[in-house]
Amino acid sequence: MKKLFGLILFMGLGVLIILALNNTISFPKFGSVDLSDRVADAYLDNDNVSEVGSANIVTAIVVGYRGFDTLGEVTVLFISALGVAFLFSFKKEKRLDLKFKPNFMLKHGSKLLFGIMLVVSLYIITHGHLTPGGGFPGGAIIASGVLLLYLADDKFRSNIKGFKVLEGVAGSLFVIIGLLGLILATSFLENFIASGTVGQLLSAGIIPIIYVLIGLKVGSEIASVVDNFLTEEESA
Amino acid sequence: MIQYAAILLFVLGLYGIFISTNTIKMLVSLNILEIGLNIFIISIGFNYQGIAPILSSVSDTGLIYVDPLPQALVLTAIVIGVGTTALGLAFAKSIYQKYQSFDLNDMEESL
Amino acid sequence: MLWFDIISGIVGGLMLILAFLAINSKKLINSVLLLSGLSMLAVVAFVMLKAPDVAITEAVIGSGLVTSLFVFTLLSTRKEAKK
Repeated sequence: MKKLFGLILFMGLGVLIILALNNTISFPKFGSVDLSDRVADAYLDNDNVSEVGSANIVTAIVVGYRGFDTLGEVTVLFISALGVAFLFSFKKEKRLDLKFKPNFMLKHGSKLLFGIMLVVSLYIITHGHLTPGGGFPGGAIIASGVLLLYLADDKFRSNIKGFKVLEGVAGSLFVIIGLLGLILATSFLENFIASGTVGQLLSAGIIPIIYVLIGLKVGSEIASVVDNFLTEEESA
Repeated sequence: MIQYAAILLFVLGLYGIFISTNTIKMLVSLNILEIGLNIFIISIGFNYQGIAPILSSVSDTGLIYVDPLPQALVLTAIVIGVGTTALGLAFAKSIYQKYQSFDLNDMEESL
Repeated sequence: MLWFDIISGIVGGLMLILAFLAINSKKLINSVLLLSGLSMLAVVAFVMLKAPDVAITEAVIGSGLVTSLFVFTLLSTRKEAKK
């Protein structure tokens, strides 16, 4: 009874929001957006696109125009990974066993599949400025590959210290590239390499370099979170 | 149509957070709320005639694109979402280790 | 334009049904798996709204990694209950 009343109340709230959307003049109608009076019009302008050099406009916004926001976002992810590691810090830890015996095919086939996933993730990361994708999904695919290795082998534990070092190096290089922009050009994270022709693999200046660093950082962070979830305290 | 569905998903997620006493159920509701909000933010920049904001060459003129700015915002919001969900699950696991239950009412009884 | 409305109505309705079932299901593992299905339908919605970058990210993270983290939490606690 209480649940039904709550559902009716919240559905009423939803209907209220929908009616409020239909009545205001300032809110655009669905499906008929005019870009000429929005900020995005400048991002899609031909001169600006050839100056930045990235064919994928979303990548140009995430890494180019709003690179400082992305630095803060990666920091938030780092802090949450740190919190997970802090909550799961035991004195004597061991691997969570999954209670099934992996056979020969599973053990060796998973390693083959891990190689294929690594190649796909590298393709997605390095072509982030040309095709859909980029550092965030590519890093998540690396973490999924590590997860597959954990699931296939009962005794497997990856080298978690290596991930920590990789993450620290990638984060520091991100900040150093930003500071180089401050020294060689005028502002933080400004593009200081010539941004070739739009559509080439080696174009868009520092955008592919930063996206590779973001991919490595996101992949190592999520992989260390997965490792933390698969450890437990050893009951002596 | 999909805009209304996104708003109703948001409201359903809010309802789930308020009504459930189980911590795992609350995190599932939080994820539902997040999916609804992401779809709503993307739908603000949609155009029926528009194409995805990826250029094939610079000299193309007269093409209509959808708004790329909400997509860039949602791209980072999804990755933050997995971080908050992992932190919440870590808290839920440590609550379970202390009180042997995910339910908040059981936790209150054992205090 | 008409087809867009019909297909988006079907996808939106399915998403609402899955969300309602996920909130009201009795078993926790069913709730988590229904969330994974909802995330898969959200990928379809993102592709229809012309956002391929977001669709790839949601497909990898939403339906893969988040579901596995939920399942690992449930697995590690089930084992303690048996002891």
